[in-house]
Amino acid sequence: MKQVFSRPASLKDVSTHFCPGCHHGSVHRLVGEALDEFGIRGETIGVASVGCSVFLYGYFDVDVIEAPHGRAPAVATGAKRARPDRIVFTYQGDGDLAAIGMSEIIHSANRGEDITVIFVNNTTYGMTGGQMAPTTMPGQKTSTSPYGRDVGNDGAPFKMAELLSNLEGVGFSARVALNSPKNVMQAKKMIKTAFRYQVEKKGFSFIEALAACPTNWGMNPLDANQRVGEEMIPYFPLGVFRNTANL
Amino acid sequence: MPHITIDEARCKGCGLCTIACPKTLVSLSETPNSLGFTVAVFAGPEKCTGCALCAEMCPDVAISVFKE
Amino acid sequence: MSTSAIEKLFVKGNEAVGMAALEAGCSCYFGYPITPQSDIPEYLSRELSKHGGTFIQAESEIGAINMLLGASAAGARAMTSSSGPGISLKQEGISYMAGSELPGVIVDVMRQGPGLGGIDASQADYWQATKGGGHGGYRIIVLAPNSVQEMYDLTMLAFDLSDIYRIPAMVLADSVIGQMKESIIANPRPHVELPEKSWAVRGRGDGMPQHVVKSLKLGDGEMEKHHWKMHARYQELADKECRWEEAEMADAELIVTAFGSTSRIARTAVVMAREEGIKVGLMRPVTLFPFPKKAYASLSERCKHFLAIELSTGQMVDDVRLSVARDAEVHFYGRPPGTGSLPTPEELFEQIKKTWQALA
Repeated sequence: MKQVFSRPASLKDVSTHFCPGCHHGSVHRLVGEALDEFGIRGETIGVASVGCSVFLYGYFDVDVIEAPHGRAPAVATGAKRARPDRIVFTYQGDGDLAAIGMSEIIHSANRGEDITVIFVNNTTYGMTGGQMAPTTMPGQKTSTSPYGRDVGNDGAPFKMAELLSNLEGVGFSARVALNSPKNVMQAKKMIKTAFRYQVEKKGFSFIEALAACPTNWGMNPLDANQRVGEEMIPYFPLGVFRNTANL
Repeated sequence: MPHITIDEARCKGCGLCTIACPKTLVSLSETPNSLGFTVAVFAGPEKCTGCALCAEMCPDVAISVFKE
Repeated sequence: MSTSAIEKLFVKGNEAVGMAALEAGCSCYFGYPITPQSDIPEYLSRELSKHGGTFIQAESEIGAINMLLGASAAGARAMTSSSGPGISLKQEGISYMAGSELPGVIVDVMRQGPGLGGIDASQADYWQATKGGGHGGYRIIVLAPNSVQEMYDLTMLAFDLSDIYRIPAMVLADSVIGQMKESIIANPRPHVELPEKSWAVRGRGDGMPQHVVKSLKLGDGEMEKHHWKMHARYQELADKECRWEEAEMADAELIVTAFGSTSRIARTAVVMAREEGIKVGLMRPVTLFPFPKKAYASLSERCKHFLAIELSTGQMVDDVRLSVARDAEVHFYGRPPGTGSLPTPEELFEQIKKTWQALA
């Protein structure tokens, strides 16, 4: 009898603080699997951001730098330029990356920094209790859009994978989801490709992962999971938007 | 026979594994555990093919899969 | 020409900062243009790559301070520079660096504020620099050059002190010192015992402990312990690293005290006053944090009057008063920032005379 599925070595054997049904855990695992597959855990520096993913260092068995809210791509730039021989990745939520951090992500992508950005989009600010995020969908009720997001007042949600795919400095930009086994397997492949870009020095790589936030959506895990497929994917299509090295 | 084990110390009873299994071999417990979670329960190895889709869906890496 | 002749170079204050950074082994510089310090990124954009270093003109001062955080966390000697509005933007990043005990050099060439203000010299960011301009209750090392030579020497010192104490270090100048040209001697990097950066993130191999650079401290009692630890370290700084300059002190009955540009003008005024028989000395703090409190207290044992002069309505004067307590009276003359508000030596000489006459 052989064990054919186990926790990746890059992930610590600990309980996480993530809510039941939160897809952060799945994304963490897939990133851990990518680090294992390329054998790069020993060379990797993670950059944690502010949000539910702030405890990155508690879950990944790699050296980690904590960054201020939104600044992870700039912190990662500094770390990678100081240590170009290391693998540097950021892990950010939608408020962190697409609100306060919009300048840092666009410019690090535009400069084509040799880093990998993992962006978890759950259309809400999780850690702080479910406020409206830059990716909150039109009509979506949150604690700061109690009548539903009004595009006329707040603008439309950002589509980050597409936005960044327009920048020449970007090597790889893709959007994935974790709401079904098929999508998880595809996400696994895309996340590995993103890290392959950095390992093979092919440029800036970006993964947007659509995720559920059952607690702040006021839904149980299975209904929240369903929302990803029924509401989010039609608006934020899955796929590869830029793949300059054709990996 | 292929089978899975569910680590109850990690399982949060989210139920994502129950919709992943093509043979619906995983369900949620009726009674909550000491942490208040209705953890996932494996129906048994008889029909399990070791496809590991349950483990792939699990956000808490609570499932291990074994095969020949 | 003798081979041991010391070479003097005629350089701008801002450029001296860049030269010193290179000599100190700074491998990463992240900056953004802002008057009156754009010469620093301009100089380093030309020179840093020749030394194998990395120069990035960041998207903003926020981007730059965070790149500094990342490079420093990875063990590199790194620097950023800016002026008032940009230093305000950097406060969050500096707070994170302080909380994470990261070294790093931040050069602040002060201009007028608040807001967009103006580009002439000011000393009205003394509080911002020395009282922990960002949130959380921390201090950073602050060094105040008053010459191009000191822009050079104190920048090198900033790197060393920052590495030794794991506290961010600021070189606090102003537009006059940044833009002036003087001859300097490009001293070689002094030999200093530096601790290993054994805490840096490095992407470690198997079997080695995880290094995390963070400021989040949620454990029971963890944050309180951190604050007391840093409090003790600031005390150690005060005990070991205060620097100041005294002049014309012998029988002084009135001590003029000033830093940066003001101290140069005050020096001339003190000489003028001495020529008229006024027993006045000059006390110039070089470390603004740690503030040389003991030096002031010691001076106040024999001299009962100080005249603090600043390009502001009075910020450093508070620290002088705290240092001398009730042992001396501290008078103040201020020239808040603004075009044409740099005092002349004659003007300061008049103030010294006025203060002196009032003591009689």
